[in-house]
Amino acid sequence: MSPSELLTRPTGSVAGRLPVRYRGLSGVWRPRMVLVTACGVGLTVLMAAVNIGRGDFPISVLEVLAVLVGGGDSAQQFIVLELRLPRSLTAVLVGSALGLSGAITQAVARNPLASPDILGVTAGASAAAVVLIVLGGSSAAVASVGSLVGLPIAALVGGLVTAALVYGLAWRNGIEGYRLVLVGVGIGAVAAAITSWMLVYAEINDAARATVWLTGSLNARGWEHVVPVGIALALLVPIGLLLTFALGALQMGDDTARGLGVHVDRARSALLLTAVGLAAVATASAGPIGFVALVVPQICLRMIGAARPPLLASAVYGALLILGSDLVARTMLPVELPVGIITAIIGAPYLIWMLARGRRGART
Amino acid sequence: MRTVPRLHAQDLQLAYGENVVVDGLDFAVLDGTVTAVIGPNGCGKSTLLRALGRLLPARRGHVLLDGKRIDRTPTREVARVLGVLPQAPTAPEGLTVADLVARGRHPHQAWYRQWSSDDEGAVAQALSWTGMAEFAERAVDTLSGGQRQRVWISMVLAQGTDVILLDEPTTFLDLAHQVDVLDLVERLHTEAGRTVVMVLHDLNLAARYAQRLVAMKDGAIVAEGPPQQVLTSDMLREVFDLDAQVVTDPVSGTPLVVPVGRRHRGGVREELEQSTAVGPA
Repeated sequence: MSPSELLTRPTGSVAGRLPVRYRGLSGVWRPRMVLVTACGVGLTVLMAAVNIGRGDFPISVLEVLAVLVGGGDSAQQFIVLELRLPRSLTAVLVGSALGLSGAITQAVARNPLASPDILGVTAGASAAAVVLIVLGGSSAAVASVGSLVGLPIAALVGGLVTAALVYGLAWRNGIEGYRLVLVGVGIGAVAAAITSWMLVYAEINDAARATVWLTGSLNARGWEHVVPVGIALALLVPIGLLLTFALGALQMGDDTARGLGVHVDRARSALLLTAVGLAAVATASAGPIGFVALVVPQICLRMIGAARPPLLASAVYGALLILGSDLVARTMLPVELPVGIITAIIGAPYLIWMLARGRRGART
Repeated sequence: MRTVPRLHAQDLQLAYGENVVVDGLDFAVLDGTVTAVIGPNGCGKSTLLRALGRLLPARRGHVLLDGKRIDRTPTREVARVLGVLPQAPTAPEGLTVADLVARGRHPHQAWYRQWSSDDEGAVAQALSWTGMAEFAERAVDTLSGGQRQRVWISMVLAQGTDVILLDEPTTFLDLAHQVDVLDLVERLHTEAGRTVVMVLHDLNLAARYAQRLVAMKDGAIVAEGPPQQVLTSDMLREVFDLDAQVVTDPVSGTPLVVPVGRRHRGGVREELEQSTAVGPA
């Protein structure tokens, strides 16, 4: 091959990277990713319909779907749209926020353990929220305003402050996955200690409220809960997906990414900020629902056979997991449990399995 | 050949934290040359290469790329002219060869344009050029060390830059694969007209594959020029603290370093004279 040949526009095709092109747009056609994601969307809609249908006044899946597209009688419409849809919608929004957040942090840190729950972000958000519940809970006015506006903001601030602290302490001429995880576990323990201290210090009623919130619950979620998390996600999800572009290069390590023309620190900070925002918004909305952000991206990665956690699929399956857990928590047991307990029952064995796999599992 | 150097380091000071590694260094890379930077461990050769590739910001002084300050040029723009292969790069587990090589197209892409026909053509050509096309769908971590290095070189090649910096591209490879990778580098230069700067450990291979050697010690350039001029026993003693003879490589005619070592010190000169006096029987 002559130099002039390399300088002219080369043509050819590459095995395993089928192009999809439309005018100026182009991308790689990945059938498995599309299939897995599409299946996830279908299952999520189905699961939401089942979840909405179950309750003291059962409605069939088909009837629920009919109401959702504008049909059904007025009683069904009231029950589905006013009473039950907000709960399932919150589950979907919170689940996709957690799945996406975990996929971003795991990809950025190049470490499957680096999810917002392990990195202390969720613990920090919870600690801030519990501080608000306990210290602000004494007056009824503060309590009602606090739970709607204050709690999300407190959780967001708590999550961001914790994340900044972890990032700052773990930064040493760059970010290394393991150091990030270890510092995160440490800071998370401090945040958990603050939470415990608050619970001991609190009035019994506040402590009870905080405890329910702390297990992560979707109980009695109305439209007023859906709207803030919906707005936050409408902003953060597109930002997160746009930033994926830099993620591909970041995956190759800092030096290679810099060589490819990526502002490494800027891109990574933006990605982590988005991820922390997503996790904090989810925590503010439903309490700290554990393990979803940890488990879902890794399951999706294996289903798709990709080299990094797929963002969109993680968001979809995060929603599916929380919906499914909520269904189990509500209906399959004699007492209704907070959804966080079910995700913990699923997630904890996974975490133990992954730690037991040792270095291989956590290889960067 | 251009008169302005492709890369020009001026009064460079480089440091990691408080530790100043390179101070007051000037260095120019001419267009269309292969330059090898040699020197003992910790002499600052990798540090210099990282600074040339704007992976490490200069504490003082600056690097010019085609006469323009590299730190003031948008980094994506730099990435279309200058490709860097860092030392021992790691790929995420499960990443395929094609996907890794396609990463080299990053500076030419945007979030809405991630696989244009130009991208595809460049990647296909890079893969066929390095002989890795048949491995396109394999995971990089299932390949051998030598194959992996070819994949990374394909990535830099797909980037389509005129200037390529390679930091120890032969580390961890056995001799056959070292030669294999360096043959590829030579073709980058002769067939594709690329300007290459590489850090190498093996002096004999450096002398064979580079037109210009740069010997560094304690963060400064001690000698620089064609291999015949740079690779002398005086330089080896000064820079590497190595007692060695330099003979002519019977294959390439370039200088060949023969270290003496403790066991042969003293007697070697006489032995050599004896053997040449006797001549082939």
